[in-house]
Amino acid sequence: MKVLVPVKRVVDYNVKVRVKADGSGVETANVKMSMNPFDEIAVEEAVRLKEAGKASEIIVVSVGPAASQETLRTALAMGADRGILVQTDAETQPLAVAKVLKALVDKEGPTLVILGKQAIDDDCNQTGQMLAALLGWPQGTFASKVVPGEGSLTVTREIDGGLETVELKLPAVVTADLRLNEPRYASLPNIMKAKKKPIDTITPDSLGVDVAPRLTTLKVAEPPKRKAGVKVADVAALVDKLKNEARVI
Amino acid sequence: MATLVIAEHDNATLKPATLNAVTAARDIGGEVHILVAGRNARTVADAAAKIAGVAKVLLADDAAYEHALPEPLAALVVELGRGYSHLLAPATSVGKNVAPRVAALLDVAMISEITGVVSPDTFERPIYAGNAIATVQSADPVKVITVRATAFEPVGEGGSATVEAVTGVGDSGLSRFVSAELSKSERPELTSARIVISGGRGMQSGENFKLLEAVADKLGAAVGASRAAVDSGFVPNDYQVGQTGKIVAPDLYVAVGISGAIQHLAGMKDSKVIVAINKDEEAPIFQVADYGLVDDLFKALPELQAAL
Ligand SMILES: Cc1cc2nc3c(=O)[nH]c(=O)nc-3n(C[C@H](O)[C@H](O)[C@H](O)COP(=O)(O)OP(=O)(O)OC[C@H]3O[C@@H](n4cnc5c(N)ncnc54)[C@H](O)[C@@H]3O)c2cc1C
Ligand SMILES: Nc1ncnc2c1ncn2[C@@H]1O[C@H](COP(=O)(O)O)[C@@H](O)[C@H]1O
Repeated sequence: MKVLVPVKRVVDYNVKVRVKADGSGVETANVKMSMNPFDEIAVEEAVRLKEAGKASEIIVVSVGPAASQETLRTALAMGADRGILVQTDAETQPLAVAKVLKALVDKEGPTLVILGKQAIDDDCNQTGQMLAALLGWPQGTFASKVVPGEGSLTVTREIDGGLETVELKLPAVVTADLRLNEPRYASLPNIMKAKKKPIDTITPDSLGVDVAPRLTTLKVAEPPKRKAGVKVADVAALVDKLKNEARVI
Repeated sequence: MATLVIAEHDNATLKPATLNAVTAARDIGGEVHILVAGRNARTVADAAAKIAGVAKVLLADDAAYEHALPEPLAALVVELGRGYSHLLAPATSVGKNVAPRVAALLDVAMISEITGVVSPDTFERPIYAGNAIATVQSADPVKVITVRATAFEPVGEGGSATVEAVTGVGDSGLSRFVSAELSKSERPELTSARIVISGGRGMQSGENFKLLEAVADKLGAAVGASRAAVDSGFVPNDYQVGQTGKIVAPDLYVAVGISGAIQHLAGMKDSKVIVAINKDEEAPIFQVADYGLVDDLFKALPELQAAL
């Protein structure tokens, strides 16, 4: 089975982002960019399926600016077979990305799409569910375990109360949660090999998809700052503060 | 203008996050209806009918909705959703699973985890792990939204809505519930507890969480954890507080042996009072803590238990 894995280029999770002074967004110039952490987990899962003989080919896709090539190369170095860059400088909102991915699924015919559960920039947690809806496929979101069967897929999901296991008919969409696996680091030889793997560059237009944002961001502001607190000397002082100053216990 | 709120429940009781979502619906304005989709969920519908300001409860009682599988549930919401200007769900694992599917089927954008209602088409929501707040406007005919519970007060009782039975297409044939492993606890639920005490990697083992639990029991607190504590297997996944775990905003949050990574702060920094216990005085958690105690947690926790 072919597996498609969408990967997004985002501000690295270690960067403390700064809101632009004019409130138009966050500062992304000269900021370290990386593959969305959940997408690394999605790629890793696909590579493991291939290593287990369950997947035949892994196609990675990124929708974004030319620099998203780097993100695709990282995925190729981890073990994906080829990449598709759907190049656009527009802000990529989940519905638009889902439409692009649907068009690619129609073209490439994968049996499984594994996405990250959430992009850590927009924190939307939407794209996988939207893609499943557009395809009329079942979805296994927030996956912590994926077991392929005959024509079906058993997915264990992280839910509010604990864990839930569902069985999905293939083809299906899965979104990766943090504990699905621990992604590998690409080795130097694999990084070199990845340079020769093919990346196709196309446009959303060529897929007949309009990626214009549907939501308008009116402003981006800093969250309210917490006042700096105090250090207390010992447990007794802490309990006293909580009882008599904060009055929370 | 009317809003349909998708109730969160376990077929027996209505989950509190529903009450926060109803407040957001009332902030939007217009009539508020609630959808209870489940199996033998009449008692849930009756509870929903008592929520203040709710005009009507739609009850879809069908085995297909028992486990809130997103495929049949989204189809039902889309079918019933015609005529509503807003479709809301609490930002729980069920709401996050279903709402985007609904939005895509309606060909509209979705607005995740709103923390504020500016006007019926404009909302505030956190981005970048809560390090920025975006104000977004939707021009779509239907607004599909999930609501962050901690940002809205729960609405009280006092309503007397009618309960109307509705039907959907039922089983999608695409997915099947197999099993659930739910963690059981006598303690209050993490997202609605008044006091939360969380442990991190500094706890060193699941066994050591007993020290924390002893303090939690004295305070009537819920127990949470950092991702590192969950990943290390000290506690189950549903204890995780943070950007990708649960969002909490209790009156008191006590972080023990937690360094204060931005992803953890994203889940608790709106708590009223924050206490940090950490042996490293440079730990970033102290930057958001109202009261910081620089100490070894293995000394401080037993002392705290004794002092309470
Ligand atoms: C995409 C992504 C999403 C994430 N989502 C989340 C999330 O939702 N929630 C979350 O929590 N994290 C999340 N993380 C992980 C986060 O970045 C941190 O790695 C994690 O929060 C660290 O957990 P910690 O503070 O327990 O561990 P550490 O950072 O290792 O801190 C342990 C602390 O314990 C203290 N300590 C050790 N021993 C003692 C002692 N005896 N007494 C007192 N103090 C002691 C140390 O001084 C240290 O400060 C996410 C990361 C990524 C990449
Ligand atoms: N621009 C994009 N290009 C490729 N994949 C994306 C893009 N945006 C979102 N995704 C995928 O969808 C997942 C969820 O993103 P989101 O719905 O934005 O939180 C991500 O983890 C990616 O797998």
